[in-house]
Amino acid sequence: MNINEYIQSGILELYVAGQLSEEENKEVYNLMLKHPEVLKEVLEIEAAFIKLSNSLAPEKNVDFNLIKAHIDHNNKVVSLPKQKNRNWITYTGWAAAVIVGAGLFWTLNQKQQLETEITTINTEKEFLEIQIEESRDKLAETKNLLNVIRDRNIIKVPLEGQAAYPDAYATVYWDESNDQVYLDLQGLPEPPEGKVYQVWSLLLDPLTPTSLGTIDDFLQDDNKIFKLDNANQSQAFGITLEPAGGSQSPTLEQLYTLGALASN
Amino acid sequence: MQLEFLVSQFQKKDEKAFEKLYNMYSKSMHGVIFNIVRDHELAEEVMQDVFIKAWEKADSYNSSKGRFFTWLLNISRNAAIDKTRSKAFKKSSKNLNSDYFVDIIHSSDNLGSKTDAIGIKKFVDKLADKCIKIIELLYFKGYTQKEASKELDMPIGTIKTRNRNCIQELRDSVL
Repeated sequence: MNINEYIQSGILELYVAGQLSEEENKEVYNLMLKHPEVLKEVLEIEAAFIKLSNSLAPEKNVDFNLIKAHIDHNNKVVSLPKQKNRNWITYTGWAAAVIVGAGLFWTLNQKQQLETEITTINTEKEFLEIQIEESRDKLAETKNLLNVIRDRNIIKVPLEGQAAYPDAYATVYWDESNDQVYLDLQGLPEPPEGKVYQVWSLLLDPLTPTSLGTIDDFLQDDNKIFKLDNANQSQAFGITLEPAGGSQSPTLEQLYTLGALASN
Repeated sequence: MQLEFLVSQFQKKDEKAFEKLYNMYSKSMHGVIFNIVRDHELAEEVMQDVFIKAWEKADSYNSSKGRFFTWLLNISRNAAIDKTRSKAFKKSSKNLNSDYFVDIIHSSDNLGSKTDAIGIKKFVDKLADKCIKIIELLYFKGYTQKEASKELDMPIGTIKTRNRNCIQELRDSVL
């Protein structure tokens, strides 16, 4: 195909006027893609006719907004239907009042319960504080005992079980410098009712017992360690079972334990 | 090409692209429509109809079937001619058969100030009567070659070549 002849034929003018068959339209379209001169010719024909028709248009243009107003309806914002608010607000108000009232009552009730609980807890707290104080005292006492036992100046005297109770045993820790004895009576049985243990300091030659005192709170004491004064020049220690209140002299039939100082 | 992009955006319902195309072609279409209905109000009415229709049936355009301009031209011609066939239009008893586009150019006083218009006037003044009739029928009225040849009592082949020469004269005057 001779492109120049094709252009000269006048088919492109008819193309712009819209007077060609569908087949011819496709033919021109394909030739425009292949041949820039065909496209250029079409564009010039179109431009020329646009200028001619422009000159026929009335001075007053048609505003695009007029067209836009008609095509916009698809994009319209749908306004929500108005709700009846009054009932909703009224019901909510009453509901809120009921909730607040119930809440107040509940709060008052809670307050009273809590006050009772606080009183109870305060009592428990005081009780616990006393117990803690006691524990501290005991701990201090135990530490003190431990120090006594470990002190190299303390004289340790083991007391062996005697005829009255052969399985009994005891230990005396004698702090000579302070004139005190500590007695570990873990190995003695509980004294029967109405009886107490009485501790004696002894001189052996001649046998002279001196009472150091009675252990009145044997049952109540947990660690079974007792402290007594001893300003004597003791050579041995003995423990007898005596009637409550103690005796002037030991009842030798009821001698539970006995032990002498190691002779240097 | 920018036009192809604009048209494809327009077909995707992009209003901005539509507005650009409108600015490119609306005046030309207004001229085409006014030439047929010869009434300002009616022409504006038809203009709105044409471009709303173009928006609604944007999908139907296909570049392989013709120029976008030609597609608009077809819609405009058909809408304007439909308008002239309406009862209301017929009652106004306008007789348009003897009118040609050149009458508008001759009767317009406003044209003098525009460069394009000067070229158009020169073109119109020296334009052969046959050219005026051919352009009027093929472009403004949408006549087929066959219909035009019958109307003008001219062989079809002559319509084609004569039209080519007439448009060449127009191009020489305005481009």
